Amino acid sequence: MSELFYDAAPNATRVAPERPKPRVYPDKPAEVTLFGTCVVDLFFPEAGLDAIRLLEREGIRVHFPQEQSCCGQPAWTSGYVNEARDVARAQLNLLDNGLPVVVPSGSCAGMFRQHYREVFAEEPDTLKRVDDLAERTFELTEFLLHVCKVDWQDLGQPTQIALHTSCSARREMNTHLHARELLGKLANVERLDHDHESECCGFGGTFSVRMPEVSGAMVLDKTRSLRESGAVEMVTADGGCLLNINGSLEKQKQTFRGRHLASFLWGRVSGEVKS
Amino acid sequence: MSQRIPVKELTDSFRGRAVGALADAQLRTNFRVAMDSLMKKRADAFPDEEEREGLRELGNHIKARALSRLPDLLEQLETRLTANGVKVHWAETTEEANRIVHSIIEAKQGSQVVKGKSMVSEEMEMNDYLAERNIECLESDMGEYIVQLDGEKPSHIIMPAIHKNRFQVSKLFHDKLGVDETEDVNELIQIGRRTLRQKFLEADVGVSGVNFAIAETGTLLLVENEGNGRMSTTAPPVHIAVTGIEKVVENLRDVVPLLSLLTRSALGQPITTYVNMISGPRKADELDGPEEVHLVLLDNGRSGAFADAQLRQTLNCIRCGACMNHCPVYARVGGHTYGEVYPGPIGKIITPHMVGLHKVPDHPSASSLCGACGEVCPVKIPIPEMLQRLRQENVKSPAEQPKVKDGGAKYSRKERAIWRFWASLNTSPVFYRLFLWGATRFGKLAPKNVGPWTENHSAPVPARRSLHDLAKAHLNQGDR
Amino acid sequence: MSARSNILNKLRAGLAGTTPRPDDFDEGLVTRPWQYAPEDRITRLRSLMEAVHTEIHQLTTEQWPAKVQELLERRGLKNLLYAPGTDHGQTLSEHWQQSGAAPELLAYDRPIEEWKEELFWQVDASITGTVGGIAATGSLVVWPDRHEPRLMSLLPPLHIALLKASEVEDNLYGMMQKHNWSAGLPTNLLLVSGPSKTADIEQVLAYGAHGPKELVVLILEDA
Repeated sequence: MSELFYDAAPNATRVAPERPKPRVYPDKPAEVTLFGTCVVDLFFPEAGLDAIRLLEREGIRVHFPQEQSCCGQPAWTSGYVNEARDVARAQLNLLDNGLPVVVPSGSCAGMFRQHYREVFAEEPDTLKRVDDLAERTFELTEFLLHVCKVDWQDLGQPTQIALHTSCSARREMNTHLHARELLGKLANVERLDHDHESECCGFGGTFSVRMPEVSGAMVLDKTRSLRESGAVEMVTADGGCLLNINGSLEKQKQTFRGRHLASFLWGRVSGEVKS
Repeated sequence: MSQRIPVKELTDSFRGRAVGALADAQLRTNFRVAMDSLMKKRADAFPDEEEREGLRELGNHIKARALSRLPDLLEQLETRLTANGVKVHWAETTEEANRIVHSIIEAKQGSQVVKGKSMVSEEMEMNDYLAERNIECLESDMGEYIVQLDGEKPSHIIMPAIHKNRFQVSKLFHDKLGVDETEDVNELIQIGRRTLRQKFLEADVGVSGVNFAIAETGTLLLVENEGNGRMSTTAPPVHIAVTGIEKVVENLRDVVPLLSLLTRSALGQPITTYVNMISGPRKADELDGPEEVHLVLLDNGRSGAFADAQLRQTLNCIRCGACMNHCPVYARVGGHTYGEVYPGPIGKIITPHMVGLHKVPDHPSASSLCGACGEVCPVKIPIPEMLQRLRQENVKSPAEQPKVKDGGAKYSRKERAIWRFWASLNTSPVFYRLFLWGATRFGKLAPKNVGPWTENHSAPVPARRSLHDLAKAHLNQGDR
Repeated sequence: MSARSNILNKLRAGLAGTTPRPDDFDEGLVTRPWQYAPEDRITRLRSLMEAVHTEIHQLTTEQWPAKVQELLERRGLKNLLYAPGTDHGQTLSEHWQQSGAAPELLAYDRPIEEWKEELFWQVDASITGTVGGIAATGSLVVWPDRHEPRLMSLLPPLHIALLKASEVEDNLYGMMQKHNWSAGLPTNLLLVSGPSKTADIEQVLAYGAHGPKELVVLILEDA
């Protein structure tokens, strides 16, 4: 969010926010709240459960408040700010307990960490709680890597995967770097680059239904690029991208598929073989 | 991927034009190759991340400082330019700007105008305006010359003919100029050079844009690689420069980082072949240069963007084109799909202020908000934030008083009601969990064809149990 | 109400109650990455200019007139536009007389209107001085005046530029500060960084778009 720097007047000319300093991570906590995200909730619940398992494996007690729903992003990016604010407020309230919040999605984590300041820009009194939530919010891979400092043994067979990172996760949370490092800890996993790796897969939430032709062209290119990487499967830390990419692959009747990173990691670390 | 939507219904919209562009394999190849090349050039020109980010931040601050003093700087610019012998004109609309330009040409009884590159003149549709008044206005930038010859508009703000390959250009020159076809790009350029040389000689008036207008010294700074800008601003007896009111910077030394950001972001070059700094017409003892120099300052909606502090950042733009070079949408549909003067991300955020949202209602949503544009913008315009704000303005009801020209172009009671319903669902834990229960239990009954989504995807099927369910069971809890 | 007042009023309304942003220009950002040891300055300028097809020769102050003659004769050029009112113009014409060089020396000594056709089509080459160079970007600083008008360095297909090695600065900012440009700029000041080029067709680089097809820089070692 662009900050007012020199002049407190609301119509003062804005400059870009200061470049963020490298994040200072806390020690591993005893308890966390998992914010599942609506896409994982409905379409990839196993991934959410695998995220819980990964955290519990590190000795952390995971809370899942049943009142949680959606971070509000779909309404926010569609321009329906009042509706987004109402939903955001509900999440802000239920997460207001001082516990770290772990989110298996970079875009939803980014919503908490960066965009809630914009959502509540006209409520200065709420901003303190927003900043507090932002401080406590972690995307799953960064939490495992930098807070839990996981030490894993790879119990899976040698395999080659491609990694796709959602645009907001990449640009707001650096998830691509965290995911790469985490995958690097698995001795039998080789990560292969794919062509135009940092390019959008075409999901963009409502973009995929408002501009289906362009979105379709983007996902066709992305799926081709993933398949041509030589990888056996794709992993991604974002449910929206996963819906988009797998949905396209199925429509194209391709055998190549993607999996949520949480499920992939749990499989390798627990030795459980999933079909 | 099949086309379900009848194209004729959509041709006048972004989506309709996009469908056409996506089906054009040649266009897609041309753009993909070109954008990949431009992205690489930019990356190679900024090898040091620290240097790049420090410079972007400085560029952002310089533009913000100028905007924070814009009216004063415009007055200072006018004073200095006038003292230097340059005549300054102001125009609120493109119609006014055209009238001013025309009257200057008429006063010299001019009939031939030669133009260096100017996107503002495209906004004005100056060529058409002058042609209707029997004044020939010829583009001299090679890319602009090519598109003008073909009766087209430019498809990129820096590389206007990027949608054409050499075979298309060769055929065009053959058809319109009567020359032999050739695949040799050098030969094609020489054909352009010879044809335009005579025009520079004969022109009564030269028109140009302005990259930076410097208030401190009363100077117009122009960049180019070809030399046609220098030709247009030096050879004819009259030079008319047209620019937007946001192009003024405070001090001469402010252009140093902006120049570096511009040439490296646009083309991956440390500098352009020519940097042309004009501070006045021919002096009494000089032997060449125009005898008259004019500057036309155009508003055309910029003051509207300026009025809102968040949207004012749109005016930081130094017209480098990096945003469109990195845009996955632009790379697939090309510049003409946007249907307006400025394409790509910058086009989406500036055009609504110029022509009104009702004319470009799809502009704000023609983006996946991937953020590649904002990441490369040399003056750190938060483009995705601008798009999101424009979406907000686009769906406002009249009572909510949109702040952007013709806002509320996409206001729909029905859509608003759907999102209200979505909000009540997501703020009521009981209803949300009821919804989850229904979706998971009856997911298999979901329709296989859900409109636009299933054009590109198999029908999405909800899982058999939601995460709420699985978590509850796993954590063996009631509420919390 | 005029357009001028309407525009300014709208802008002022948008800024009501605000104060201008401070000037936080950090000159380190435009100088530190672009500083060179004196012995590296010319090397850098040369490599950047040659990368864009500039022909460069490093000579002493005695050698350059003969070099100019050689450049023209090798290309079979008929004439050379020069400025008799300058020191280097004088030196050149003296050499021309002594050596009996074939190409005709043309003086740009009357307004362009009097000989536009000839200037556009019949002048093969020109030679001008410069007021310096910039190592960071590989650029010449050309400061046209009544002796060496603007079009001299633009019209002829070959432009020969004389650059004194001692006048090459590290970067544009340093050049501006050292010579106090903001105190007074000429009607036209130019940075020239190579021969004319374009990549407008398929991004294939082609030289000699509208400006000179060839730029030859003679760097005079005088430091």
